Amino acid sequence: MKLDIATRDRALAIGFPLLLLVVWELAVRVNWLDGRFFPAPSDVAVALWNLAAKGDLFGKLWLLPGALGKGDWEGAQKIIVEGHLWVSLYRIFAGFILGAIPGIVLGVVMGMSHSVRVALDPVISAAYVLPKIAILPLVMLIFGIGETSKIVIVGISSFFLVLINTTVGVRDIESIYFQAAINYGASRWQLFWHVIIPGAMPVIFAGLRLSLGTALIVIIAAEFVAAQYGLGYLIWFSWQTLLTENMFAGLVVVMILGALFTSGLQALEHWLMPWESEEHATLTESQDAISLAK
Amino acid sequence: MSVKISVTNVCKSYPSRGSIVTALESFNLQVQDGEFVCIVGPSGCGKSTFLRMLGGLTPVTSGEVKLVPGKTGVPLQSIVFQEYAIFPWKTVLDNVAFGLEMRGVSRTERHTIASDWIKKVGLAKFAYAYPHQLSGGMKQRVSIARAFANDPEILLMDEPLGALDAQTRTVLQEELLHLWEASRKTVVYITHSIEEAVLLGDRVILMTAHPGKFKCEFAIPFPRPRAFELTGTPEFSRMTLAIWRELQDEVKRAMEQQP
Repeated sequence: MKLDIATRDRALAIGFPLLLLVVWELAVRVNWLDGRFFPAPSDVAVALWNLAAKGDLFGKLWLLPGALGKGDWEGAQKIIVEGHLWVSLYRIFAGFILGAIPGIVLGVVMGMSHSVRVALDPVISAAYVLPKIAILPLVMLIFGIGETSKIVIVGISSFFLVLINTTVGVRDIESIYFQAAINYGASRWQLFWHVIIPGAMPVIFAGLRLSLGTALIVIIAAEFVAAQYGLGYLIWFSWQTLLTENMFAGLVVVMILGALFTSGLQALEHWLMPWESEEHATLTESQDAISLAK
Repeated sequence: MSVKISVTNVCKSYPSRGSIVTALESFNLQVQDGEFVCIVGPSGCGKSTFLRMLGGLTPVTSGEVKLVPGKTGVPLQSIVFQEYAIFPWKTVLDNVAFGLEMRGVSRTERHTIASDWIKKVGLAKFAYAYPHQLSGGMKQRVSIARAFANDPEILLMDEPLGALDAQTRTVLQEELLHLWEASRKTVVYITHSIEEAVLLGDRVILMTAHPGKFKCEFAIPFPRPRAFELTGTPEFSRMTLAIWRELQDEVKRAMEQQP
């Protein structure tokens, strides 16, 4: 009985999106949808294949063994940085790490110290509500139009999300855990490792998830306007040249990236926090309350 | 016998909404080494606050709290909290070994000691489980094992069984009796159950309704080792009734004070 529901749920979860794709494909084939604006899924798939095969997406990887064989490091590097995917990934992760680590550190300090929190809160609240992409021109004014400014803008947007979540996570630790740890002789450093970090970790991870998602948004937007490489550039350039299949292919890659980030962080969470209770959908949850009504 | 805990004229007051609230008023208490003292009072009488003062978690406003250290190399006191306060992010084993870890006891040694106590409270199968996999009664067993594994000279217990259902409570009361009768540590035990206090304690202290003051005390003469059967004897009933007669006015007064 339980297996049946699981199978049915999986069939629904996979079947419905497939159905949508089939409807889309047919709608283009019978000319209900204009294929120039909404290319059929099969055309997008072909475009995606071509982007990969011609080296736009991953760079001309087939030249890599040759370059490495000759010991041509610069050439090898050039091959990689001509792949839109690698360029965007580099910017995202460099910025993410640059923002998240100081965010966690300052967040713990703000969570623990009332005075620091009171002093910094207005500044952070004000900076937080500002859409980070709005300060891209300012960032470019300071760091120039090169790689640095793109990494910095991702870093700034990650920083605030991680900072705010870490602060909340630390403050939400129930005081009874601090009291117990202190009563059992914990030093400040032991409090940090045995109470503060594990206690705040679930909320810190919520912040990391949010900020990785935001990093993706910010880097795509930044690459629209100020880049020669990257997925954002690929999407924007394809639109400008009316290569809509390539534009959709770029969107698909971004979607896959987003999904991979989310599941990757979830796996990391499971590994780092085995004490978090796994959620099991119960039988009642797979029924709809409304179906019980007469 | 020597005095282990000496509390003289302790007051506790704190500011609340612009006025000063007195939680505890000129409270005196002396506890002998190896004595099991229960403190009973209506809710809100400041008995938990008093325990936290003994445990060094709340400062006294005036007066003196003195715990007399005896042995060296062991902690002076450990608290068993009402809300268990075991760490959800640590396994049962690491929770029980927590006090030892804080004191720098080596990993193998503290795990040996902790495993021993986990066995004594009947959780051997759950040593590597996390608290969210345990029932309330099992969590409180972990919390009690953590305190005993830390091997303090004084155990401070703040309504440790208050959150449990009546049957689990009875089981744990008996377990606690066994553990304590084997170690004879000095215990201060806060409870609002008269039966629990009479079953466990050598002495029962009654407190008045808010602000908390000493009301009177009863020596509990029943021989040890004790067991749950004691609660069925007429002597036990007479004792609890006598205590209730003293306490009931305070409980009524406390109920009238509730906003």
